[in-house]
Amino acid sequence: MSAPSALRTPWLPKLVIAPSFVLSFFFIYGLIAWNGYLSLSASRLLPNYDFVGLEQYVKLFDNDRWWVALRNLGIFGGLFIFGGMALGLLLAILLDQKVRAEGVLRTIYLYPMALSFIVTGTAWKWILNPGLGIEHLMREWGFTNFEFGWLVDPDKAIYCVAIAGIWQSAGFVMALFLAGLRSIDDSIIKAAQVDGASLPRIYWRIIIPTLRPVFFSTLMVVSHLAIKSFDLVMALTAGGPGYATDLPATFMYTMAFSRGQIGLGAASATIMLATVAAIVVPYLYSELRTKK
Amino acid sequence: MSAPSSLAPRLSWGRIALFAALGLFALFFLTPLYVMLSTALKSMDEIRNGTLLSLPLSPTLDAWAKAWSGACTGTDCGGLKPFFMNSVMMVVPAVGISTLIGSLNGYVLSKWRFRGSELMFALMLFGVFMPMQVVLLPMSQILGWLGIASSIWGLVLIHVLAGIPSTTLFFRNYYVGLPDELVKAAMLDGANFWQIFRRIVLPLSTPILVVTLIWQFTNIWNDFLYGVVFSGADSKPITVGLNNLANTTSSVKEYNVDMAAALIAALPTLFVYVVAGKYFVRGLTAGAVKG
Repeated sequence: MSAPSALRTPWLPKLVIAPSFVLSFFFIYGLIAWNGYLSLSASRLLPNYDFVGLEQYVKLFDNDRWWVALRNLGIFGGLFIFGGMALGLLLAILLDQKVRAEGVLRTIYLYPMALSFIVTGTAWKWILNPGLGIEHLMREWGFTNFEFGWLVDPDKAIYCVAIAGIWQSAGFVMALFLAGLRSIDDSIIKAAQVDGASLPRIYWRIIIPTLRPVFFSTLMVVSHLAIKSFDLVMALTAGGPGYATDLPATFMYTMAFSRGQIGLGAASATIMLATVAAIVVPYLYSELRTKK
Repeated sequence: MSAPSSLAPRLSWGRIALFAALGLFALFFLTPLYVMLSTALKSMDEIRNGTLLSLPLSPTLDAWAKAWSGACTGTDCGGLKPFFMNSVMMVVPAVGISTLIGSLNGYVLSKWRFRGSELMFALMLFGVFMPMQVVLLPMSQILGWLGIASSIWGLVLIHVLAGIPSTTLFFRNYYVGLPDELVKAAMLDGANFWQIFRRIVLPLSTPILVVTLIWQFTNIWNDFLYGVVFSGADSKPITVGLNNLANTTSSVKEYNVDMAAALIAALPTLFVYVVAGKYFVRGLTAGAVKG
């Protein structure tokens, strides 16, 4: 719409929103630039602004620990994104079958999203711990040779992080898909039924394809969550054993705030930013453009 | 839409399988909560002699009392209470201020658009998604210069700054749906910018206000990143307290205290979710799908 009478008080709305714009742009783009500059500096324990070009990035990609973090992001991100989306879509379809207890079930599936990752990480750490946790339970149930030491196994611990992450966010994906399912026009499905299409076929050929926009926005949201994952790892494994479950976010935190490698930390933050931007910017652009 | 009507409630093997699947998934999501609750009610002896799933036979609140006021977080053994209070002191102003600013911004960006305002809104939206790792290092310098490093006010400031993009998005998308005629009619009656906001827009804002308050409350209460980076000894929020408590290595790992502490940290957001889950879900979906 055109502003009703922007002419009558042209300055007041602008004045009201100006501080927010100034502060937000400074916070978002100003600090991005500042961090970018730090990543080109020789900063170690304290920020210093001696320009060293891309040296920190070279060091970053020479760093084994950073490669471990990237590899873990690949494993964790892959499982988290596809596991979470598959489970969430399944839950949404199941709940869409005119289930009487839908409200209660939805509340149950979604409650983990209301919890802090620190809370769920602490809980999963107890459940998955090799001493008294799930291993002990299975042995009591008669599987006396059952072993489950993934949480302390450098090769397997990242899968524990993925399990807890999927558990936490599947309900969120379900909510997004369910909202999409509810907005599909009933008459399309009725028509397909009249034509004698079976239910799985209707879902596979008609409903899921029409969910495409929801699918993309969900993928975008879940992927950027995967890249930003920090709390869950900190609570569940603290990046350990050793640094076997490091992710880029925990790498950045360790370098910048406990190892005195500010330049390196800033460089890793910039890489994270670039990755998220590559996913989010095209999405935001298309969202905002199609609306007009 | 809802499922095709041929599948309307009618007991068949398909329906039974459906309910079995739904029930199993419910168990999958509820089991960790049950484990937390039952572990928190047990003594350490009972934990060692039982299993994850065994019911607490002689329930006790000892672990809760210890988690609240006696458990060690690092070298300090005062329990979670001071952290809980820090979180309360941080959450109340941060949620209030970011919500108020968001509603004003949303009002301007929907009813008083000007040239460039849409573009600026789009540029602001990136703040909803950006990885906050990029602001940590510069921000810790800024907080130092402002003299609020390691203080609760420093945390409030960063939560407000980080929250403005989402609160603006929520209110703006909601206000776009309010008929412009309301604003025009009020203007013909001689109402000004502020009067329209106070007398017309704000009274219609209750649903989105609830959504935003809950969203901000849940996010800020649950935040760990800013808490661990920017807080000092006396300003650590509950998530940092819980993490320190659960990672403090003592001779005997007290899982019952850990679980009680986790539940104490979870209770406020869980309570809000149970009471007003509908609004929380609206916040979740509004953040992903732009109006």
